[in-house]
Amino acid sequence: MTKEELISKLRTIVAPYVQNQEAFENLSEETDFINDLEINSANLVDVILDVEDEFDIEIDNDAMEKMLTIKASIEIIQEKLAIK
Amino acid sequence: MKKKEILEKLPYDPPFLFVEELLKINEDGVEGKYTLKTDEYFYKGHFKEKPVTPGVILTEIMAQIGLVCLGIYLISDIAEENYNKIGVAMSSTAIDFYKPVFPGESVTVISEKQYFRFNKLKCKVSMYTQENKLVAKGIISGMIKPWRNG
Repeated sequence: MTKEELISKLRTIVAPYVQNQEAFENLSEETDFINDLEINSANLVDVILDVEDEFDIEIDNDAMEKMLTIKASIEIIQEKLAIK
Repeated sequence: MKKKEILEKLPYDPPFLFVEELLKINEDGVEGKYTLKTDEYFYKGHFKEKPVTPGVILTEIMAQIGLVCLGIYLISDIAEENYNKIGVAMSSTAIDFYKPVFPGESVTVISEKQYFRFNKLKCKVSMYTQENKLVAKGIISGMIKPWRNG
């Protein structure tokens, strides 16, 4: 899966939880879920659970703590997909 | 973890403690009760001369029993470090109400865990009267974390 495809899937996943629409419209690799998109910590858990379902992977606590930006999430998803 | 220990760990005090007794608790859910005292503080204003338990209070009873008690129980299984406090934040509720609850009534809360991951607990929670009539039903989620204090 290309990076663009991953970003596109992540965009769909985070959409329901985003509070800052302007940041969402300008979403890039550098976008931070909490600081830019203003997703709260409870909904961040939903993002992670949706990522697990979408890619059929399991995210552990360590990985979850790192998944704060689009870039970090892409790295972790690619990592998990590679060992599947 | 014993039911009594769970009650001791609850981060509430009167007049905002709404758990009287836990009837059962396990990995998948919890059942508990609370009896509304006739002199609860909110009856003075809700409503004028016609006391009825506010929906927010019914929601709070459901959250304290269904989410917080269950969360304390689930945390006791996984928290390895010593902790003496519980941090709680409700993050979302979607509840439908079916019957009013009047002063002096007892209610039973039944909660079924949907998931507990990354400190977020999401439950399907319902409340019944003593006559087993449905009072309220819905979904409550919150963040529950153990932390150390001193």
